[in-house]
Amino acid sequence: MEIIEHYLYTKEHEWLDLDGEIGTVGITEYAQSALGDITFVELPEIEKEVEQFELLTSLESVKAANDIFSPISGKITEVNDELTADPGIINRDCYEKGWIAKIKISDDEETSNLLTADEYSNYLESLDRNGDGDSSDE
Amino acid sequence: MSVTTLQRTPLYQEHIALGGKMVEFAGWEMPVQYRSGVLKEHAANRRGCSIFDCSHMGEFILEGDPVTSGLDRIVTQSVVDMPVKSCRYGMILNAEGGTIDDLIVYRLAPEKWMIVVNASNIEKDRRHFQANLLPAARLKDVSAETAKLDLQGPLSRDILSRLVPEVARLEYYTFDEFELLGERVIISRTGYTGELGYEIYYPWDKAVRVWGALLADQRVAPTGLGVRDVLRLEMCYPLYGHELTESISPLEAGLKTFVSMPKEFVGKAALVRLEQSGLLRKIVHFVSESRRAPRQGHQLYSTDGQLVGEVVSGTFSPALNAGIGIGFVKKEFTSIGKNIIFGDEKNRTGAGMVPRPFYKHGSLKS
Repeated sequence: MEIIEHYLYTKEHEWLDLDGEIGTVGITEYAQSALGDITFVELPEIEKEVEQFELLTSLESVKAANDIFSPISGKITEVNDELTADPGIINRDCYEKGWIAKIKISDDEETSNLLTADEYSNYLESLDRNGDGDSSDE
Repeated sequence: MSVTTLQRTPLYQEHIALGGKMVEFAGWEMPVQYRSGVLKEHAANRRGCSIFDCSHMGEFILEGDPVTSGLDRIVTQSVVDMPVKSCRYGMILNAEGGTIDDLIVYRLAPEKWMIVVNASNIEKDRRHFQANLLPAARLKDVSAETAKLDLQGPLSRDILSRLVPEVARLEYYTFDEFELLGERVIISRTGYTGELGYEIYYPWDKAVRVWGALLADQRVAPTGLGVRDVLRLEMCYPLYGHELTESISPLEAGLKTFVSMPKEFVGKAALVRLEQSGLLRKIVHFVSESRRAPRQGHQLYSTDGQLVGEVVSGTFSPALNAGIGIGFVKKEFTSIGKNIIFGDEKNRTGAGMVPRPFYKHGSLKS
């Protein structure tokens, strides 16, 4: 399962790519694989304030709607408009072209609540061991 | 999720080998999709050819005259006038007019029938038949020895003809017995996708061979229950447990075509009463204004915000590139061309009610 070394992660399978005070958010390979073909992405409103681990937006696969939580608190500065017409970008390239939103971070100490790539990798292994794999798709 | 007690079809290992994502369905461990995903499986069915394992479904063999066996009194459609080697779709009802199941009757011979039922309902259907059949009838449940493979898509005739040339002459909703890989089996020109297609009934313990022989043709893609639901929804075919339940009559579900009101059948009196008093709810089919899909359990609202009904099925439709849904509404809100809103507390989305089916370009009768 592909994981990007310098990103941070949540246990809900979102990633955060930090660049100064701006964080880019998306979902992980594990999440896109479990969801299957993504058919709709609700883009968050620009300027909206979001809280760490609170609802950021939702996306839908053929089967179901799924909530996406924000890995960090802050204000939405940009959203990926490409996803409106082609949500499958997330399936094809979840870590780069499939980004969902950019957030101006309000408290960078919150990053300590996130998982490093190694920690997230270990977390995924623990899910597999517990047989919880793909539970989001069932 | 514990999967240890679930039943498996003879093709279980084939599904695993093809990367099938296995889920519980009606007590069975079935592939919801394969490696390529639901959207590619959809394209395979609508443009090429796809194969479904439907071995979990139930089959009964009934011997007897259609009237003196009681069969004609159990099924909503008339079966007395069915030609031999034809199929007919209908329902079985409870005394209140609610639907026990929907099914297909095959007339194998003047006094021999095959009845194909939903996997989730095999036990209760058998009980209902046994309770309502007359002493002259003999009923046998052959579900455990009968595998069913559905080959569906515009190329299905060409592909199946390579193994069974005579299958090309089958007309829609007819069947015959054919020689397929050394077995004499029933193949019908029926399906659940809106495309040209065939259902192959094959001995359970030999089904792997047929599955392999059909998939050996590179034009055939394995397809799972996920896309099966999308395809049937695009055609507005009912799925038991959604559009039809023990408390939904075929009249409310818009399936009056499959009910023969002139004859007697179990549940008829209740349907007559329903028709006289006026149906309280009616089925609606609607297309989302966006890619956001309606989902089972969503509410339906009028454009002025009144709660008018609920969604029973919904998905994203690749054919329409929009969400599609089926729901029940209070009768006064059901004229075509009207707008409706679906959603929950968090999100509400506009949709337009349309005549069925959603997908009108299938190869079904080609």
